Amino acid sequence: MATPASNRAIPAIMVDPTNKPYFDAAREGRLLIGLCKDTNKYFWYPRGCSPFTLSNNVELVPAKGTGTIYTYTVMRTKEPFCVAYVELDEGVRVFTNIVDCDLDSLRIGQKVKVVFKPTQGDSPPATMFTPV
Amino acid sequence: MSISGKAYIVGAYEHPTRKADDKSVAQLHAEVAYGALQDAGLNKDDIDGFFCTGAAPGLGPLNMADYLGLTKLKHLDSTDVGGSSYVLHVGHAAEAIALGLCDIALVTLAGRPRAEAMATGTAPRSWGLNVPDDPFEIPYGRTVANAYAMCAMRHMHEFGTTSEQLAWIKVAASHHAQWNEHAMLRKVVTVEEVVNSPMVSDPLHRLDCCVISDGGGALIITRPEIAKSLKRPFVKVKGHGEATKNQNAGYTDLTYSGARWSGPRAFEEAGVKPSDIQYASIYDSFTITVLMQLEDLGFCEKGQGGKFVADGNLISGVGKLPFNTDGGGLCNNHPANRGGMTKVIEAVRQLRGEAHPKVQVPGCTLALAHGTGGLLGTRHGSATVILERE
Repeated sequence: MATPASNRAIPAIMVDPTNKPYFDAAREGRLLIGLCKDTNKYFWYPRGCSPFTLSNNVELVPAKGTGTIYTYTVMRTKEPFCVAYVELDEGVRVFTNIVDCDLDSLRIGQKVKVVFKPTQGDSPPATMFTPV
Repeated sequence: MSISGKAYIVGAYEHPTRKADDKSVAQLHAEVAYGALQDAGLNKDDIDGFFCTGAAPGLGPLNMADYLGLTKLKHLDSTDVGGSSYVLHVGHAAEAIALGLCDIALVTLAGRPRAEAMATGTAPRSWGLNVPDDPFEIPYGRTVANAYAMCAMRHMHEFGTTSEQLAWIKVAASHHAQWNEHAMLRKVVTVEEVVNSPMVSDPLHRLDCCVISDGGGALIITRPEIAKSLKRPFVKVKGHGEATKNQNAGYTDLTYSGARWSGPRAFEEAGVKPSDIQYASIYDSFTITVLMQLEDLGFCEKGQGGKFVADGNLISGVGKLPFNTDGGGLCNNHPANRGGMTKVIEAVRQLRGEAHPKVQVPGCTLALAHGTGGLLGTRHGSATVILERE
């Protein structure tokens, strides 16, 4: 059995003044993650404060863009799609979709890499992953 | 300060409707409030504390106090932690009463997602504007169903939990629901029927999911002196705990819930342990919700939930831990997509000896009610109360 990932329409992303730099980088095909400079620890999702110290001593830094599937599920809707948490090589787990694959072949622990997928309207692309 | 023994639940009412085509949400609030007052033997103007959530129309306590004609209020609380709110409200009401902030508290819940044809579990939804996590989740099709399914998938991976074990939770709920004339799903189902029902979001099948229903419920909580002047059995609030769990800055661990923290807080305050509990109302938005909470509340070891729930261990009169004897959210009612209220109500029925005779736990004096609100797989509220028949 095989279930190809659908090309469902991805809703527009709500960009705000704080998360805008993340999405500007995504438009250029670059994956960034949060770094707390007080503790030198990465964090996800991107935000303007450190979730470890609450200070604003944070910056967005490039991630390698590779990781493994921590967990996933396939929504068995008319347009099936896979929702997953991907653990990046940097250690943080990202809420995402696994795309461009047979949804019935996916496994926890599988290696994946980032792909950016267009969203509706003028919105920045969504950060998704595909098996390597 | 401990709230143990400082407050009693004297009124509890569950609306009989499951599809309210002909009633507004505000009217449902009114009907459950009236039902709980009738149950307690009290009047509207006795109420001086009011609890509801963002599920109430408008600015919660403001619009509801207006509609209900509550004019004596001196304590308000609209803490909203999703479906767990109403378990949490029992604890907060007990705190307010213990501090002398109010004497008689009313908690109400109502909603009509079924009449409004809401795609509760399978359509992405946000809880408002400017939610900082939405841009990182909503575009990816986050729904209630898939946020719980991912927990089930990881639990299976780490602990070897099976779909058949999860199915036993639905089977147990259906055994109870057959006796509840108001339950939406009264047919007793088998493990095979659950695992052969259509897949919604791997590994959760349609029968792993709760019902979508209209209706609501209400509770009245008061001081010991007032409780003892009324004619209802004495159901004491013995312990309460609350917590939130989230993605932990990206280091999220989906193998446990906030019950890991709210449960021990409630047990410590009550001075009892999980093995003392004779009846448990466990939040059952999905079968996996029940399994993880049972582990985190300490009814079994982490990872052993599958074995614990199998073979009818949750069926009243059969297993060691009778749960959700009204049929729960899985079969009976999940009004407004918020199951915490009915969890408390069925625990009160058990302690009063007013559950259906076929599911009543003999001599039930110690019960637990637990809620998980929000999404198990992203961020959720967790609330536990321990109640005692005196």
